[in-house]
Amino acid sequence: MTTDVATPRRADECGVPDPFPHMHPLLKQNYGKWDWHDRLRPGVLHHVAKSGDEVWTVRAGTQRQMDVGTIRKLCELADEFADGHMRFTTRSNVEFMVTAEDKTGPLIEKLTEGGFPVGGTGNSVSMISHTQGWLHCDIPGTDASGVVKSLMDELHYEFTHEEMPNRVRITTSCCQINCGGQGDIAVNVQYTKPPTINHDLVANVCERPAVVARCPVAAIRPAMVDGKPSLEIDEKKCICCGACYPPCPPMQINSADSTKIAVWVGGKHSNARTKPTFHKLAVAGLPNNPPRWPEVAEVVKTILHAYKEGAKDWERVGEWIDRIGWPRFFEVTGLAFTKHHIDDWRGARKSLNASTHLHF
Amino acid sequence: MNMSKKLHDTPLLDELKPGPWPSFVEGLERLATDNEKPYANMMKDLLGQLEHSYETRRGYWKGGTISVYGYGGGIIPRFSEVAEDYPDSKEFHTLRVIPPAGMHYSTELLRNMCDIWERHGSGLIALHGQSGDIMFQGCASDKVQDAFDELNKIGLDLGGAGPALRTSMNCVGSARCEQSCYDEVRAHRLILNTLLDEMHRPALPYKFKFKFSGCPNDCVNAIHRADFAVIGTWRDNIEVDQEEVKKYVAKGGRKHMIDAVIANCPTRALSLNDDDTLDIDNQSCVRCMHCINVMTKALSPGKERGATILIGGKRSLKIGDQMGTVIIPFIRLETDEDFEQLNELAETVVDFFAENALEHERVGETIDRIGLANFLEGIDVEVDPNMINHPRTSSYVRTDDFNEEADKWFERQGRKAAEQA
Repeated sequence: MTTDVATPRRADECGVPDPFPHMHPLLKQNYGKWDWHDRLRPGVLHHVAKSGDEVWTVRAGTQRQMDVGTIRKLCELADEFADGHMRFTTRSNVEFMVTAEDKTGPLIEKLTEGGFPVGGTGNSVSMISHTQGWLHCDIPGTDASGVVKSLMDELHYEFTHEEMPNRVRITTSCCQINCGGQGDIAVNVQYTKPPTINHDLVANVCERPAVVARCPVAAIRPAMVDGKPSLEIDEKKCICCGACYPPCPPMQINSADSTKIAVWVGGKHSNARTKPTFHKLAVAGLPNNPPRWPEVAEVVKTILHAYKEGAKDWERVGEWIDRIGWPRFFEVTGLAFTKHHIDDWRGARKSLNASTHLHF
Repeated sequence: MNMSKKLHDTPLLDELKPGPWPSFVEGLERLATDNEKPYANMMKDLLGQLEHSYETRRGYWKGGTISVYGYGGGIIPRFSEVAEDYPDSKEFHTLRVIPPAGMHYSTELLRNMCDIWERHGSGLIALHGQSGDIMFQGCASDKVQDAFDELNKIGLDLGGAGPALRTSMNCVGSARCEQSCYDEVRAHRLILNTLLDEMHRPALPYKFKFKFSGCPNDCVNAIHRADFAVIGTWRDNIEVDQEEVKKYVAKGGRKHMIDAVIANCPTRALSLNDDDTLDIDNQSCVRCMHCINVMTKALSPGKERGATILIGGKRSLKIGDQMGTVIIPFIRLETDEDFEQLNELAETVVDFFAENALEHERVGETIDRIGLANFLEGIDVEVDPNMINHPRTSSYVRTDDFNEEADKWFERQGRKAAEQA
């Protein structure tokens, strides 16, 4: 190494940071020693420790993709009301912990003035889990930020009120990899056409055996096209999942028309009452229609409305459908039941009705 | 340095400014018009490219290779495919950075993050990504090392990307929740920081994710999303404050108590006594949390607390969705030795995965391919009926050594009984 080249700094591999220096002092003091909690109003949690200490948490929605100005604004509120501390939930809601109940009112007022809706607690529709989309992903079919913003504008009332039968967790995903995860309602990209291959680029860009191995239905095989090593697709076998696109970008899966949106229902993470469940297809073929995706919003609102009307207290969307049955679900939502709703992937027989338990 | 460049017209994105939910477009625009700052032009072109995506319904980022000195992962490289039209955002890489466990922040830390990102990046920070990273989005190639160095000096480190150990998450847990059954922060930091080399220098067959939930409500979605889910639970009886039960019934009425609590018990383990106290058949309880969620003051998890370990959760690629399934029904998590035992199990499982998984195979797929019994043998864990919904229904199995296997079971049961005596 020559002396005129600066030696790069060696990283301090400190790993997961210790949260205690950053944690609100009252949470730190009562760590592992909490007794019970209740909710005073939507967006406010009240926790009581065994020591008798009390803390009020005010939860507000954010846009997740935050400019430094927004973060500084939240910091000012944390300094003014919450002793200079805050935390975030897994759904990108911000939480301020305050040590006196009378601080919650003024904090809520300032959050609301600043454009941060207060809510997302209890039986509300919380913030939609958020993926990257056109803003930053290398394989997106749509833009999560836009879908989330459009939907949350429409669901603002349900975020700021606790009027659902149970909590509702909505997720979005910009491709079928489904980074957004399982949800009571999931809004996911669903491709409808096999990839379009740019044969000029495949040999240079793609590790062909790895791409062949990636296909879940063995529809891809090596081929010489115009004298160049490339790949070809058996379009009859192709299920248009897009799995080949990340390892081989010349196999473009997206197009303005063929990239569609599907809405899925009944996913549940919690073990409460019933075991966790995966979401199931409600409707596919919705247009990918920026900037506000009105057709998707309509379907989501229709499902939410039917759930709110029809579910019993504490039923999650999937539990509600289990009780009323799928025939009634399609009836009350006005959605079509098609051959595409019948699973044909491995293990599919377990999703068929092997009984005379029927709903009429 | 900033010749004040004009904003691109963004009629489609402009439609995402109004409405009651905070608008990310307004935030991007604030950065783009912050003309004193080094990132203003980058953000102008970023908005331009995003508008182009909204017009054409296509993404225009491609990956590449960018890293910092000594690390092989943690940076998500993004090069624009339309850089000729949007030159100032031609490189827009993300630094994935691990937040303090449980996502607790002091305003000092957040402001330091903002200061650093104003100097070296775009001013755009996502809190947080789906794996739990802080995402510092938008950094030119020649700024990545400086940005990382400064973030590293304030105690932050890069997270995972690619075929590697990924950044983890824990719920708010012990910090603010009475339902927490173990010290999530301790388990999270112990395991991740022990295996940190697997995060910084990707060498696994594919990604590997841990997640830590304090109770079966599983607020970090571990069963669906984690290769290795640590979910708090308890082994003894639900704690009941019968006076609080009576108050709850008096306030809400018996019909509510029966409809909302008793009838929702999945194993019919609850019964309302004539004097409005609660009768719980704890041997039938499956620790689902419902009654505890509803009656937060009267009921709480038992005293003998620890965790259940489920392994193999993942989404569709390649064999279809899988949830994690039970591998360790109960591990006590109280003493140093308990946590060390958990940590050893984590290392064993990751080692087994590293040695036995095929390329691009998640551990759930490995288990699917080799069978759970072989996986258990590989990590030296004994079979347990809590691992299954029900025994096999197919008779297509060789059982020549059934009696020897049964003897092992009886021997283990005998040992357990002796330990408990």
